[in-house]
Amino acid sequence: MKTPAIAAAAPLLALAALPLLLHSDFWLHFAIMTLYLALLGQAWNLLGGYGGQRSFGHAAFFGTGAYAAALLQLDFAINPWACMVLAGGFGAGAGAFLGALSFRYGLRGSYFALVTLAFAEVFRIVADSVPFTGAGVGLQIALKESVADFQFPEKSGFYAVILALTAIATALAWWIENSRFGAALVAVRENEDAARALGIDVDRTKLWAITLSGALSGCAGSFYVQYFLYLDPRIAYGVEVSVTALLVPLIGGVGTVLGPLVGALALRALNEASSALTGGAPGLNLVLYGALLIVILALLPDGLISLGTRLRRAGRLRALGRA
Amino acid sequence: MLEVAGVGKRFGGLTAVEDASLHVREGEIAALIGPNGAGKTTLFGIVAGFVAADRGSVRFAGEEILGLKPHVLARRGLVRTFQLVEPFAGLSVRENIAVGCQLRQPRRAAALAEAAAVAGRVGMSELIDRPVSALTIAGLKRLELARALATQPRLLLLDEVMAGLNPAEIAEMVPLIRAIREAGVTLLLTEHVMQAVISLAERVYVLNDGRIIAEGPPARIVADERVVEAYLGHGAAGRWPRRLGEGGAHA
Repeated sequence: MKTPAIAAAAPLLALAALPLLLHSDFWLHFAIMTLYLALLGQAWNLLGGYGGQRSFGHAAFFGTGAYAAALLQLDFAINPWACMVLAGGFGAGAGAFLGALSFRYGLRGSYFALVTLAFAEVFRIVADSVPFTGAGVGLQIALKESVADFQFPEKSGFYAVILALTAIATALAWWIENSRFGAALVAVRENEDAARALGIDVDRTKLWAITLSGALSGCAGSFYVQYFLYLDPRIAYGVEVSVTALLVPLIGGVGTVLGPLVGALALRALNEASSALTGGAPGLNLVLYGALLIVILALLPDGLISLGTRLRRAGRLRALGRA
Repeated sequence: MLEVAGVGKRFGGLTAVEDASLHVREGEIAALIGPNGAGKTTLFGIVAGFVAADRGSVRFAGEEILGLKPHVLARRGLVRTFQLVEPFAGLSVRENIAVGCQLRQPRRAAALAEAAAVAGRVGMSELIDRPVSALTIAGLKRLELARALATQPRLLLLDEVMAGLNPAEIAEMVPLIRAIREAGVTLLLTEHVMQAVISLAERVYVLNDGRIIAEGPPARIVADERVVEAYLGHGAAGRWPRRLGEGGAHA
């Protein structure tokens, strides 16, 4: 327990000190969005990477968390900090609901992906049509720049919050890799029948994973609301969130602790580069995402994170060749 | 320890198991044999909770277990292996076995250490850190056994652990299974390989067309006319030499 804690402390401190070095708001925004993507990607990774239940509709959990955070503070005057915790709970609830439905009926693989996608779309259509979500007009959070209201005059405040959230998500992934629950989850991914025969309650394991994943996604949703102070059905439940959530770990490395961080960095950098080069032509980033995904899947199917081990192995082979 | 009474199962129009009854005493090695399609695997599936029976009763350690889920049965100490091996394909041998260890061992590090000990029991110590994809079929069969053993079962159901092995590999597997029984585990195995059944089992049940047609010690079973006919066809018993118990017969 001790060694990984120390190993994690150093980079975490370095990241915490980042705002002191980055004096430009551009780069701080870049860091915030990267960590935010990493949080969303890690949420997907817990369920899709470790559990092998690949969702195509994480927007269902993200959006539910986002709407919960926005509506609870707008309509019930609940403190936004408390709203973030509640948003995690709503995300978890959405996850548990969808999980209970799809796992009970044994939906796996593409069927599970399609059902999650369908639910996200249904939620989007509902949010678009009922009055209390503000429908298509969206919801605006009033500007109150105080820490007590989870709004910071400086970007560094948001940075600290998203760094903490992403650190928790990363720690969860580490825990998964080193716990009985994680071993069961990976066993379920690899072979459900074998897992069952060895005493693992497959449905329960998957249900916990999707609940956890939903909670993290809900937190990401509430962070989004506080950072941008605006929400509409397309942002909350749109396909883009779902695609991003699965693209981040796929590019970085599925089922690894640090894959989502690496993937988030790559994706965000690509996004910035594309808007700098093309002046932000709408939809172009999605084209580039697709191109990057094809390249990664063709050349590095285990994600960017596997680049290190590949280079090391290549280096060893070269050394052997010389000897 | 295990009492199966009047179990039946139909798949649509096909009767897989019809009115099958058998029992396994604590500490023995019992075998369930029968020609292809006799219903052995279905009956195994029913006992281990993987297949729902249409009727009958299965009692384990005195309690009715029909209808209980496989993971519940595994926790109670009734564990099966699979005829067609079902490894956790992306994991190492150690990680595979550790999944079994985790049933009784909550700590991950301890489970991984225990896995090494279990690997030693089935002669896999040297393969412990290999990926499963590097194993031969004999290795995979041992892995099935190791994972099941790792759960510390009281009754182990082995579904054709010898199928697909060559005679040398079978000769290695037989003492291994005996050692498991010596360690206090009761065993029920299905088997095609007659030689293995004769040298291992104390009692043999023969299943044919979903019914138990004979029961007894292996030497008597191989001489039983009904059994020979079930395997080789009607009338075969009359032309069959009477010295089958010598071993070497391959069903």
